[in-house]
Amino acid sequence: MEITLRALITLIHGMLFGAFFLMAIYGLVVELFRSAYVGQPSNLSSKVYSLERFYLICTVGLGWAAVLTGAYIIYPWYRAVPPAGVTDLALYPRFLLKSSATTAAWHDLGMEWKEHIAWIAPIAMTMVAYILTKGRLSLRTHPQVRTAVLVFALVALGAAGVAGFFGAMLNKYAPINGGTTIHLKGKSQ
Amino acid sequence: MNPPQPQSEERTATQGGEPLANGPAGAAILSAGVGCSVLGILAVAGDASKAVAKLLTFYLPTGPLSGVSSLAILLWLVTWFILARRWRTKTVAIAKINATAFLLLALGILLTFPPFADFLQGK
Repeated sequence: MEITLRALITLIHGMLFGAFFLMAIYGLVVELFRSAYVGQPSNLSSKVYSLERFYLICTVGLGWAAVLTGAYIIYPWYRAVPPAGVTDLALYPRFLLKSSATTAAWHDLGMEWKEHIAWIAPIAMTMVAYILTKGRLSLRTHPQVRTAVLVFALVALGAAGVAGFFGAMLNKYAPINGGTTIHLKGKSQ
Repeated sequence: MNPPQPQSEERTATQGGEPLANGPAGAAILSAGVGCSVLGILAVAGDASKAVAKLLTFYLPTGPLSGVSSLAILLWLVTWFILARRWRTKTVAIAKINATAFLLLALGILLTFPPFADFLQGK
């Protein structure tokens, strides 16, 4: 059982940073809806508030880690240009996708959309986390601030969902590979 | 050592009996909208013009995406910093700020959607 370094980093980008970011936003959206309709204000200990702050900081950190690793580590591998004469495009995912009419749209729509919309999620979530940690207290007395927080959190969920979906599909049709092979289990070739 | 005091949203909604100013929240909301719209505008600009794409290539292996994302983040943070300083103690018209921020956010999302960007460029 082996994995290449590039595949491992792509896995960390998608399955660790991206997927956990998506799950964390989903949890936050559920909590925002719950707190919007709760009758009595919550009476929480300062420890719970600290945990909530930690959750929000981790969420934002995951989002930024996902987009930064994606744009500055994985994307350069994805868009690498094959040298003249190379016919095996396995190490050049963008060109591999564009080489066939049946897969070209995964790049033209999928990657072109993913590479930009993904950035909206951490921007939105940074704002949401800031308001919930620094100014959360005005949410009950300022329902319009709560609305903005909820809308931006929902947009972040959608943006991260689009990026995650296309990321998974792109890696299915043109996986990122190459680099050192890491031997995990069994006999190496 | 005193035990941690319970906090409630009602208690912390005020500070010394005065309602908390919504200015800092308004600054965060509006600047996030600005950041998202700048992202979309630069993405289309980079796609439409090779000269702009070249200018936006801050890091060659990543291409124009490096400039699009860096400039969007920079403008978002600068806007946030300026607005936060100006509105630190102020109560702002949050409904108008929300409407503007949602509009900017929608613009940003729309401009990152390739079929819409292609339509704008007549492709």
